[in-house]
Amino acid sequence: MSGLFDNFWVMLVVKLGAVVTVVMVLALVIIYAELKISAHMQSRIGPYYAGGRWGWAQPLADAFKFLQKEDLTPADADRPVFKAAPMVMLAGSFAVLVILPFSPNLIAQDLDLGIFYVLAASSVGTLGVLMAGWASANKYSLMGGLRAAAQLIAYELPLVLAVVGVVIQAGTLSMVGIVEAQAQPVFHIGSVGIQLPYLFQGQVIGFLIFMVAALAELSRTPFDLPIAESELVMGYLTEYSGIRFTMFFLGEYVGIFAMSSIAATLFLGGYHVPGLDADVFGPVVLVAKAMLLVFLIIWFRWTFPRVREDQLQGFAWRWLVPLSLANIAVTAVLKVAL
Amino acid sequence: MRTAPGTGLLKGMWLTLRTLFKKPPTVFYPDEKEIPVPRARGVIALDPEACTVCMLCARECPDWCIYIEGHKQEQPPSKPGGRVRTRATLDRFDIDYALCMYCGICVEVCPFDALFWSPEYEYSEGHISDMLHPKERLADWLKTVPDPPALEQR
Repeated sequence: MSGLFDNFWVMLVVKLGAVVTVVMVLALVIIYAELKISAHMQSRIGPYYAGGRWGWAQPLADAFKFLQKEDLTPADADRPVFKAAPMVMLAGSFAVLVILPFSPNLIAQDLDLGIFYVLAASSVGTLGVLMAGWASANKYSLMGGLRAAAQLIAYELPLVLAVVGVVIQAGTLSMVGIVEAQAQPVFHIGSVGIQLPYLFQGQVIGFLIFMVAALAELSRTPFDLPIAESELVMGYLTEYSGIRFTMFFLGEYVGIFAMSSIAATLFLGGYHVPGLDADVFGPVVLVAKAMLLVFLIIWFRWTFPRVREDQLQGFAWRWLVPLSLANIAVTAVLKVAL
Repeated sequence: MRTAPGTGLLKGMWLTLRTLFKKPPTVFYPDEKEIPVPRARGVIALDPEACTVCMLCARECPDWCIYIEGHKQEQPPSKPGGRVRTRATLDRFDIDYALCMYCGICVEVCPFDALFWSPEYEYSEGHISDMLHPKERLADWLKTVPDPPALEQR
């Protein structure tokens, strides 16, 4: 029986099943959290009747509703591309889940170039967006798709550069390695070593740039011009209904969770809390930190107005890229000097 | 007065956070109902005794939703040997609430105070033709019209 767990293919299926299940459940939780939190932030109640007084069954009911909808493809649409677009976007989001460190031993695969792989895989989503916009045979979808692609490309750079600062401080690209590096005491008071997550070890600007760039990568308000619900109907998503729309929708929320946990790992210390055993409490700690960042992301959505396309691009190229380059320079100098 | 960049963002976030923890003012209709103020514009009631079929309300209604039909009846002279008088009698007075926009121009313009506002609002029907309220139903709504506010004492 134990030989079964050494079998590569068995472990592959087990890991895939576990990661996908866990993350889909978390995505549903995040969707419910967004419905309720956004409602209360707008002085209303949100889901109430679906599932007792709390409306917890609302996302499930939505999922079933979407599953039974008619599968519509526009007559002029480019069929293979139209059908493949949601899968490409979902694949990009799911590929990131491979290296999420829930605990030192509970990772699907601890790659040596963990964070590099994450940044590369999340760029595949851009392709899905472009495919969706083009294949919809709808000029508004095309506009939405092009604006989305421009935004996603523009914010790739700050995202990557913000991470470089952390990598310089940790000295490794592997996710577990970065968390372990944050577990090293920074200084000692008496005989007690004080461990600080990178956020408090000077990576404040890196954290801010990462969060802003992640918001833009996920097409969340204030950077949600690609979807722009009140302007372009749904932008590149206009022609999608039923299961295809659900795939995009889930992909967005899986992406939110993935980006939050990556930020939690890089800047907030991941599964490590000083004093707690990482193997037992690790997953809980990581999910808690990621949920804190998810709350922040939801909070931003319902507070800030939308950024205009040219303001968005100007902000990325003229402020975030130089700022992140400066961050790298300062981090490198301080790493060598201290 | 210039403030540091970003303070506006933080003030906005503080506002939404405060609203997050306040109790929402949602009313769970139909289990709970809000009681409208006495001056609320719910439905228009008609006092058929006061109406003289002058047609001002039907003319001034922007939506043409009031349908009036009347005829003249002869009445005996006030003094014996005098001129025969005529009196306008109301045959039909319908308000079509599917068209009515609740502007209140008919109530304002009536010179004989025959139309009144009432705060009743629960009269939706299953079929749009049932939204035409005939004279009898409009007279029934009179029961729900609140008393006018007391005159100011000098």
